[in-house]
Order: sequence, then structure tokens, then C-alpha cells
Amino acid sequence: MTEWRYLVNDNRGTLLAIAIFVVMFTIYVSNHPAGLTSNVVTTASNKGVLLAFVAMAQTLVVLTAGIDLSVGMIFVLTNCLASGLVFGTALETTIGVVAVLGAGLGCGALNGLIVIYGRLQPIVTTIATGAVFYGIALALRPVPGGEVNPVLADALTGKLFGFFPASLATLILVVLVVWIPFRRSVLGRAAYAVGSSDQAAYMSGVPIKAGKFAAYALGGLLASIGGLFLTFFTYSGEASAANGNTYTLFAIAAVVLGGVSLYGGVGSAIGAIFGALAFRTIGDLLFVFDLEPLWQPLFQGVVLFAAVCLGSLRLIQVRNRLEYFR
Amino acid sequence: MSSDHLSQTSRVPMFRRIDPAVLIAFGCIVALLLVGSLYSSSFLSPEYLLQQLKVASFLGVIATGMMMVILLGHIDLSVPWVVAVGGMMSTAMAAYGPLGEALAIPFGVLCGVILGLVSGIGVAYLRIPSMIITLAVNAVAQGLMVVHTGGFSPQDAASGAMRYLATGFIIPGVPNAVLVWGVVGAVAVFVLTRTTFGRSIYGIGNQERAAYLSGIDARRAVMLVFATAGGLSAFGGVLLAGYASKAAQAMGDPYLLPAIAAVVLGGTSILGGRGTYLGTVAGVILITLLQSILSVMQMPEAGRQIIYGAVIVAMLLLYGREKLLR
Repeated sequence: MTEWRYLVNDNRGTLLAIAIFVVMFTIYVSNHPAGLTSNVVTTASNKGVLLAFVAMAQTLVVLTAGIDLSVGMIFVLTNCLASGLVFGTALETTIGVVAVLGAGLGCGALNGLIVIYGRLQPIVTTIATGAVFYGIALALRPVPGGEVNPVLADALTGKLFGFFPASLATLILVVLVVWIPFRRSVLGRAAYAVGSSDQAAYMSGVPIKAGKFAAYALGGLLASIGGLFLTFFTYSGEASAANGNTYTLFAIAAVVLGGVSLYGGVGSAIGAIFGALAFRTIGDLLFVFDLEPLWQPLFQGVVLFAAVCLGSLRLIQVRNRLEYFR
Repeated sequence: MSSDHLSQTSRVPMFRRIDPAVLIAFGCIVALLLVGSLYSSSFLSPEYLLQQLKVASFLGVIATGMMMVILLGHIDLSVPWVVAVGGMMSTAMAAYGPLGEALAIPFGVLCGVILGLVSGIGVAYLRIPSMIITLAVNAVAQGLMVVHTGGFSPQDAASGAMRYLATGFIIPGVPNAVLVWGVVGAVAVFVLTRTTFGRSIYGIGNQERAAYLSGIDARRAVMLVFATAGGLSAFGGVLLAGYASKAAQAMGDPYLLPAIAAVVLGGTSILGGRGTYLGTVAGVILITLLQSILSVMQMPEAGRQIIYGAVIVAMLLLYGREKLLR
């Protein structure tokens, strides 16, 4: 019994994110003209997983008490790269996919190296590397275009067994292959420990450098999976700075909604995924209620603002005024 | 934020001893000018230099607010849309007859102050991480402006006073924009080095807890700094609208990264509590010259972004590193 309570308490943020998502999605589906059909779910899933991958990427870095403001640009860069590599025969396509994922891993690793060995602040570092990544994307795709293997693209954006969204299945697979092993490994534990207190982690002999590096590199990898999926949806690549900035911003919003603490050490990628799905659903609510699209940015901004302010409810627990100041 | 910064800032900055970072920044400016003059002799002409100072003054005004926020150990990511709000609200106000023209500039700045105040209340009283609340305010400001332009089709032409402020000459040969930056800078230096409010900004940046315990109303000071930064960003937007004689939605986008980069390259610690205004001036001129030289060399946008990001990382590796964890 008590063990069960600890478990709930430990995953409070994640559970809250799941609850928010379920409520929002129920409202969305019950007001959708088509109702709960496989098509509605697949469309929603396809839109949601893009943000979910980028939000997972952000989560890994945020857990170490860092921040990656270049995730959106890695997402855009790998989109441009994929639109030039992922086509042709099965072998060529496979090599293309591996190259794109490798590029994402490399971008994340570069951020990690600069932050860990250069000892620069993650905010400034990733703003600057984000400019570099965007520049490379622009050099690859000065104008939108490119192509992608249509068989692979249709398979991954369609339905499995005629009803289950393949994009959602991929997301679950990535969670099982990337997130769960990371969370259970020494490196994952080190990432959490660094986020809680780097001093204590250092004193306890936790491999902090390896943990941080793994978090940044895997973050780049996850963002590139997102970039790959964007290519599958649009069949092309576009070096859009606006797109990159939007995804960076929305990923942070999703992470906050998903109960991941921006001070590091608390939360999980699963929470961030549900945060991302909830955030996307909220944005789409406007369409089922037939509001003018003009109001969508404001609506999303206000939702983001409200979600951010919710986090300050913890101040009610403050007993000593000194605890306000860190 | 560690204790050894205290001993450095207890010396009055700027006059007694010049920070090595500032020297390096000024050295880089001279080097850039020399490289430029090899390319074209007009780089050392007074007209070119004054023109660069004029362009730099818009960034200078925005970077002044950013610097005060960074001195607190916070960051303001709401620059893009607060700049746009400043430009767009002042031009909209200028449509309402002579009274509107007279109130245009104060009204634009006031809108920025209000947005800054919202961020400030979030950071100071609700204890929301500044990075997040300013992103949220940015999103809300964007939403408001989209509704504003789409729903009301406001005037976007700058008033005569705005154009005069940005492009006119009171003193022959010296653009008014440079004078405006000079006045803003002089006030900033006075406030930062000669008033208790300025000293408390450095104090809070070093250790907010200690500042609070020494009787500073830390939360009020943080809120006021954010309001000031919002006002300065909006004022930058007013000047930009005057310079281009119209306001546009994306006008603030190219100012976030340069503003942060200018402050950090000028030797201000991103963790707060340490930095001089002279450094920020050096950083602003350095960034403007770099942009100018890259565009004179007809470097494509992609190459510009890559060089830009790489230069920032390289310069920070020279002098912006943190202490080794031990």
C-alpha cells in the first residue's frame, strides 16, 4: 500500500499530464463532427508525435538542469537532410535514415561537448549552435523541396492493421528502445542526479560527464526522429526558422505541461509526451469549436501562459519566506 | 552566483579596472575593422563608421534592457514580440490625429512596460523561471499582435516624430539614433553604478537570498528590472519602426540572439552579478560590425548564420567559461 503511494507521488507530474490529455482529448473527440474514428485518431497522432519527439529531446536535457534551445533547429536541419537522403532503393533509404539519425546524434553530441568540456552555459551555447544548425539547413535547402521514399513515408504515417496509427506505434517503440533503457541505466540515473544537485552527484562519484553527454546526444537523436517524421508528412524539406523556433517553444511548453521540472532532476519523458499531445489537442480544440484561425496564436499563448503559472502553485507549500529565493 | 564574484563586483565596475573580456571585445572590434579595411578602404571612413553606429544604436537600446535582466541572473526571451509590440502599437496610436501622434512613442513604450511587468511579476512573485515566463509572454504578445493586425487593420506607418528620432540629425553629422542610445546608455550607467537600485541588481545577481537578507526588496527590484527591459525593447521597436518608416510583425525576430550575444560577449556573466555597460557597448558594436562585414562580403544567409554562431561559441570559450566542478 505505502509502496503504491510512493509510486504515485513520484510520478505525480506524469499522471497529471496524462489526466490533462485524457480530458482534452475527450472534449476534442466528443465535439469532432466525425467522432472517434480511426482516421481522426491517426490525424491527431500524426500531428502530436512530431511535437512529442521534440519534447522528449528537450526533456532529456532539462532533466540535467540544462536547456536545449537548438532542438527546433536540429529538427529543421534533419528535416532538410532527410529530404535529400531518404529515397531510392530500400538500401539507399536505410542508409539515408541512418545518416539522418547520425546527424541528429552528432548535433546533440556537439551541444553536449561544448556544455560539458567548454563549460559554457547551456542557454547561450544552444542559441549559438542553433544558429549554426539553421545555417547548415539553409545551405542544404535554400528553397523548400526535396523528396522522400513514398513507400516508407506512407507506411509510417498510415495505419497498422487498418486501425492503429503507425506514428503512434513508432513513438511507443522509441520510448521502449531509447527512453526506458536510458532511464534504467547508470547514465540515466546520473542525468537525474546531476539535475538534482551536481555537487552531490560529483561527491557521490556518479559519472556526471557521461550522463550529461548521453542526455544531450540522445536529445539530438530524438529531435532527428522528429525531423524524419516531418519529412514523411510533408514529402519535402524546408529550412524555416519560424518552424524551428515554434517547435523549440512548444517543446518547452510540452515539457512544463508534462510535469518535468525546469530546475532539473524531476519528471519523465512519458510525461512530456502526454504534455505534447495535450498541447496539440488544445491547439486543435479551436477548430472543432469553429473559432477563427486568427485567434489560434493568442489562444495557444494564453494556454501556455496559464500552464506556466500553474507551476507556481507549489509556492503555497512554502513555509519560510527564505525558500522563495534560491 | 558564487561567492568569489562578490569580491569582484564590490569594486565599482567600469571605472576602476577594465575587465579583460571588455578588452578582448574591443580588440576584436579593431581586428574586424582592419580585416574589413583590407577588403575595402571605405571601412575606415567616418561615414561608414557613423552609419554602423546608427544601426548599432537600435540593438544597443534593446541590449541595455537585456543586460540589466542578465545581471540579475535571468534572461528575457520575449524580445522579438515586445519589439514588434512597441513598433506596431506606436504606429497604430499615431493614426489618431495630432494627439495620437504626440502619444505614439510613450504609448508604444508603455505597452512594452506592461508586458515586461507581467514577466516581472511572474519571475519575482510567482517564482516562474524567467526563460519560461518570457517565452509565454512572447507567445501571448504574438497572439495579440496577430489578432490586432488581422482584426483591425491598423495603421503601420511611423509618425514624423518617430522618423525624426531614428533618422534625423540634431547635431550635424551625428544621427539622432546614436544620441538616443547615448542618453539611454548614460542613464543605464548612472543607475547601475551610482544608485542603490543599481547596486541591488548586482547584489541580487550574485545571491538573491543574501540580497533579501540585507534588506533589499529583491522581488520588487526584479519586477522593476523586467518592466524596464520590456520598455527598452519596445522603445527599440519604436526606433526601428521610425527607421523603416513602418512597423511589421516579424520586425523583432532578428534582435533576440544578437542582444543576448552582445551582452555576453561584453563580459557580462550569464549567471548574473558581474558585468559592465562598457562591455555591452563593445559587444553591440562587435556584433553590428560582424553582421555588416559579412553582408558586405556578400556572404549568403546560410554562411552568415554559421559564422555568427561559431564566433559566439569561440569567443565565449575564450573568456566565458565556468569554474570546474570540485
